[in-house]
Amino acid sequence: MTESGANENNAIASDAKPRLPRGVRLTHNEAQGGWVLLAPERIFKADAIAVEILKRCTGEATFGAIVDDLATTFNAPRDRIGTDVTKLLRGLADKKLLEL
Amino acid sequence: MVQAGPLTKPLGLLAELTHRCPLGCPYCSNPVALEPRDNELDAATWSRVFAEAAGLGVLHVHLSGGEPGARRDLVDIAAHAREAGLYTNLITSGVGITSRTLRDLWEAGLDHIQVSIQDSDAVSADRIAGYRGAFQRKHALATEAVRIGLPLTVNLVVHRANIERISEMVDLALRLKAARIEIAHVQYYGWALKNRDALMPTAEQVQRAAVEVEELRKKHHGAIVIDAVVPDYHARLPKPCVGGWGKRSLNVTPTGKVLPCHAAEAIPELEFWNVRDHSLADIWTSSPAFNAFRGTDFLPEPCATCERREIDFGGCRCQAFLLTGDARATDPVCHKSPHHHRVVELAAVQEDRPYDYRRM
Repeated sequence: MTESGANENNAIASDAKPRLPRGVRLTHNEAQGGWVLLAPERIFKADAIAVEILKRCTGEATFGAIVDDLATTFNAPRDRIGTDVTKLLRGLADKKLLEL
Repeated sequence: MVQAGPLTKPLGLLAELTHRCPLGCPYCSNPVALEPRDNELDAATWSRVFAEAAGLGVLHVHLSGGEPGARRDLVDIAAHAREAGLYTNLITSGVGITSRTLRDLWEAGLDHIQVSIQDSDAVSADRIAGYRGAFQRKHALATEAVRIGLPLTVNLVVHRANIERISEMVDLALRLKAARIEIAHVQYYGWALKNRDALMPTAEQVQRAAVEVEELRKKHHGAIVIDAVVPDYHARLPKPCVGGWGKRSLNVTPTGKVLPCHAAEAIPELEFWNVRDHSLADIWTSSPAFNAFRGTDFLPEPCATCERREIDFGGCRCQAFLLTGDARATDPVCHKSPHHHRVVELAAVQEDRPYDYRRM
């Protein structure tokens, strides 16, 4: 997923519980070649990394837990994961596609 | 298989569930010849159409009409759309949907709702809709939708009777807690064409409205998304017809005919196929109507050598036909069209007369 204008320095609180609001939905469509994030009149292609992040944005898991989970699952440095997740989620929140 | 032009995958499907509607808006986008209830597709057929649409690549489905609330099986139909994996949007007048139905739709997984508002002034709104009490009922339904958690878009169709109150109508949408407002000037097909002189704003009104919309966008940035459709009779460049004929979207009528756009039946030479006889994939790839104007090879001059050819595809085929008699002609909204003077003349005709209301 390409997100322009996302502010990497705009940190997300560790106990924030990101969720997709009603009206924004991650869905898989074979004919369109994979996962897409859908909103009214808007379509965003979601790459494999974005999908892993967004699937965890259930409104139950905290931001901190999501980063921990991703770092463990993909055996990657927690700092780098935290930066990537912040960038994606902040960009989506700015577009009202995500609640923090 | 006959196929003209490049074949893409559709993204959106407009499902016209019925032509029945309690309102009589004089700019209704339905055809002038309305289909009676007995000819409507049943919910099982819609279910198959939605599954085939998702298989073709469709992501958004818009449940529309007429008034979709006139269908007693609306909740079943919405549930079928969700089962097919489609993002399901309801486009409603707000009249004819009870709070019970709304709750059932929410539980069926409806993703989003669009409610039309005719004016910020209740008396004017009811006069435009041709239905006393419509304004109040729309207000109540929109409020209830937001209360139960459905994201709301307010649809606003702009014409001479309400163009001076765009700011008030945006305020109304904000009070209703809409996340988005679609401000669309009337497009002159079907019923709107019959009422063109009664609806047409003046050039000065259109100019002021364009400035006002830009100011409102800045003023309400972050509070509400404002999407605007320009009034093309007052424009110099044509709109890209449905993002390209047979390129991104399809429209299924209440009886199952599949059209490249909702106005396409205005062009008598087109042959439409029906979902009762063909799969949606066959219709998309092989039906004569979808292949009639795919790509840009059919376009004559001045389009053939124009640098905007792949941007606006020569404009709207229906408008070209309705104003020049030739569906392949350059949309006369374009300043390069030899018929452009006709659009300029028509845009200057305003007549204060009673509307010819849309009725079955």
